[in-house]
Amino acid sequence: MDAQIALMLGQDGLVTGAIYALVALALVLVFSVTRVIFIPQGEFVTYAALSMAAIQAGGVPSAIWLLLGLAVLTLVVEAWRHWRGLHVDWGSTAVWAIVLPAVAAAVALWVRPAAAWAQTVLALLLIVPMGPLLYRLVYRPLAHASVLMLLIVSVALHWVMVGLGLYFFGAEGARTATMWDARWDLGGLPVSGQSLVVIGAAVVLLAAMYVFFERSIIGKALRATAINRVGARLMGIPTDLSGDICFALAALIGAVCGLLIAPITTIYYDTGFLIGLKGFVAAIVGGLMSYPMSVLGALLVGQLESFSSFWASAFKEVIVFTLIIPVLWWRSLNTRHVEDEE
Amino acid sequence: MTSRHFTWLAIALFALAWPLFGAFTITLVNYIGLYSLVAVGLVMLTGVGGITSFGQAAFVGLGAYATAWICTSPTAAQALSALPAGALPWLGLLLGLAVTALIAWFLGAVTLPLAGHFLPLGTLAWGLSLYYIFGNLDGLGGFTGITGVPALTIGGFELSSPRVLGVLIWAVLLLAIWALHNLLDSREGRAIRALKSGRVMAESMGVDTGRQRMKLFVLAALLSAVSGWLYAHLQRFVNPTPFDLNIGIEYLFMAVVGGSGHLWGAVLGATLITLLKEQLQDWLPRLLGASGNFEVIVFGLLMLLVLQRAADGLWPLIAAGARKFIKPEAPRHAQTTAAELPRHALPPAGQSVLEAREVTKRFGGLVANNAVNLDVKAGEVHALIGPNGAGKSTFFNMISGVDDPTSGTVALLGQAMAGKPSRAFAALGLGRTFQHVRLLGQRSVLENVAVGAHLRGHRGWLSAMLRRDRHEEAALLAEARRQIERCGLTQYIDTPAASLPLGQQRIVEIARALAGQPSVLLLDEPAAGLRHLEKQALAELLAQLRAEGLAVLVVEHDMEFVMNLADRVTVLEFGTVIALGTPAQVQADPRVMAAYLGSDMPGAQA
Repeated sequence: MDAQIALMLGQDGLVTGAIYALVALALVLVFSVTRVIFIPQGEFVTYAALSMAAIQAGGVPSAIWLLLGLAVLTLVVEAWRHWRGLHVDWGSTAVWAIVLPAVAAAVALWVRPAAAWAQTVLALLLIVPMGPLLYRLVYRPLAHASVLMLLIVSVALHWVMVGLGLYFFGAEGARTATMWDARWDLGGLPVSGQSLVVIGAAVVLLAAMYVFFERSIIGKALRATAINRVGARLMGIPTDLSGDICFALAALIGAVCGLLIAPITTIYYDTGFLIGLKGFVAAIVGGLMSYPMSVLGALLVGQLESFSSFWASAFKEVIVFTLIIPVLWWRSLNTRHVEDEE
Repeated sequence: MTSRHFTWLAIALFALAWPLFGAFTITLVNYIGLYSLVAVGLVMLTGVGGITSFGQAAFVGLGAYATAWICTSPTAAQALSALPAGALPWLGLLLGLAVTALIAWFLGAVTLPLAGHFLPLGTLAWGLSLYYIFGNLDGLGGFTGITGVPALTIGGFELSSPRVLGVLIWAVLLLAIWALHNLLDSREGRAIRALKSGRVMAESMGVDTGRQRMKLFVLAALLSAVSGWLYAHLQRFVNPTPFDLNIGIEYLFMAVVGGSGHLWGAVLGATLITLLKEQLQDWLPRLLGASGNFEVIVFGLLMLLVLQRAADGLWPLIAAGARKFIKPEAPRHAQTTAAELPRHALPPAGQSVLEAREVTKRFGGLVANNAVNLDVKAGEVHALIGPNGAGKSTFFNMISGVDDPTSGTVALLGQAMAGKPSRAFAALGLGRTFQHVRLLGQRSVLENVAVGAHLRGHRGWLSAMLRRDRHEEAALLAEARRQIERCGLTQYIDTPAASLPLGQQRIVEIARALAGQPSVLLLDEPAAGLRHLEKQALAELLAQLRAEGLAVLVVEHDMEFVMNLADRVTVLEFGTVIALGTPAQVQADPRVMAAYLGSDMPGAQA
């Protein structure tokens, strides 16, 4: 290997690492606020990428039927809860289950945008409401279940979403058009516009998240919920609201990842799972708690993957997933007293 | 007809029907047996022990590949040429078990000290990795796999037909269920069940929870490896596909859908999922007009529905329906003549048994305990009182090994306890109760109290599985029964603990602590939730324990109870000891009055 190949591999690793960092961010967010280990995070990546491919091909993205189905189901569930005398926040329900899906359906079915920015907005509109809808249908009834139970639920949901992905998008892989097809040659190192877009978007999104959590009242409420769930509820922060927002953010981050990565690599209905799991490896480096450590972990995973695909491509996945063993071992060294699990 | 009779009847009918099954049914039933063997390990792990694994398929793969490699590889054949060919599969079994135990132990050692969700995440990564390792190692045939695995032979008799091998599969499964059933009905079984309701309680009863969890994980992995070994010799061919992560998740679904707290739930789950998969693979693609792995949608939805609506799985529902026809096993109370457990001598009255010196605990900037001194003598009741937030619970945690002081020392019976876990405190003779009751709600009062006697028995997993522990078990249960009688709970002995009123549950906790024959008893708000007469009975019990020479430390808010009972009282405020003395001295102390009634009340003397 010469310096040039190393630089190229490093660049590749940085680009995928940026994607994993975003995924890891979403996973830490969801876990710390709702205790859900969100295995299906990668499915948002897939759904967004494959929807974008369908939109660019001029067709109707079949994710719209999935979104409308989830919306109707959620409305039925909320109506049933209302009928049983439970409190239903119809305002937020209207946003997630009526307004956004209706706008998405109108744009997808009749407007059929041709401009790249409008297509991007449509793809996000299709995916983001799925986050809160899935939260309400799947996780909210189990809000008091143990972390372990919620994890098993996540795996079940992952299966449902992969199966539905296969049904709605088919087994064919797809790629989308590059967002910026400029290319440069920096002293023999080829740099593509798309990789700059990925890194730039990741940095902007990370910074936006930082500002959101540090400055906005909703961000602060989510942080309070993450630190102490009961205390936050006593302070009047509704658990359901934090669940909705948290899953909407996770879906948004996942969808952005999908849009960023689809021009670089072919996405199949089940590709998202591996991307999500690599995000998990990164999040575990951060102990499912620390955002900066997770980002560092993601960069490490990206580099490890990139360099091992050069040296031992058959064992690429093995090497990446085995990374969590030394990480967990190092963490376990610092744990002495048994803790009670929730 | 009792459930035991019913089990035997069902097994007999199954055996009689065996020769009548068609070839296709035999194949299905064999697979159900193989899957059940894995699922039953997951029931122990998830439903009973409260930890879980997505990587069981990878352990099945280890069992299958180990024997396939030993039986077919030229390298192995050369090295083992001295052995008869019929011995190779058995060597393969040993190799598979050894490798599985080693890897499971390693994975467990890395993830089990952490919070419970790190083990499943670790097994997720491991299950994924092993699939790629199998597929990429040339020595193991790559993704095409290994063909030509020979049939098993026992004493020269070849088990090549699925119908014959199936007998072995089901014999192994039924034996495993029998052994696990025995294990759960023992001292170690109670310790395993205690894991699920929080490890702090189990540790305080002397259970080494890390070790129990490790043994449970290795056991479940070994059952999977046996299933893989049988699979390889049934299929006579192995490739990586049946051992990938999705199958690992499917095994977990079998356990959860069937009923993850019940051994037979594993068989039910394996049967349901196998039959359902069979049907779905047939008509789903036709229904959806496309071919593909669509049954995962149905499985996932089924799983979500079960977890949301019947978290204990389907077995309890069936069992509840069957209760109309089948009598439950009568609880065994016969052995009143059981041998007594050995007792150790209590320290002489007046000797200081528990000493805390300058104990300080800081949480960041907050000083929860500031240089607290306290000692408890044998034959006295010492009360620790103080307003809410005074640091009593923090202090309790530090003198029982749940947490370590930032500085200062704790000595129990003259031994320095710095850095020791709470099970070491229990081993020296410290018994305790909890402010928030920690009982196994679904289990009977008897079983709960018997958990307290954990350290007074010594029989391990193997003797429990083989029923060699019955003598000791009878002695343990007899001791539990004695403590239950002594605490006045005899009428509730077979009642599930969670169905008692909270006050009675606190008394169950005291009985549980007493079953360990403690020298020191720590009681955290024992009188809370008791009615007047019950409080009197409790006070009498504590006075009797004091007379027997126990050292008792009580944290309590009921002043009348404390002042009538205690020999000495320590008062804590804002983490600092503000008074120590007899009840009369403490009651007269102006600082105590200020703490309880407010400092700017000059007339507080009244």
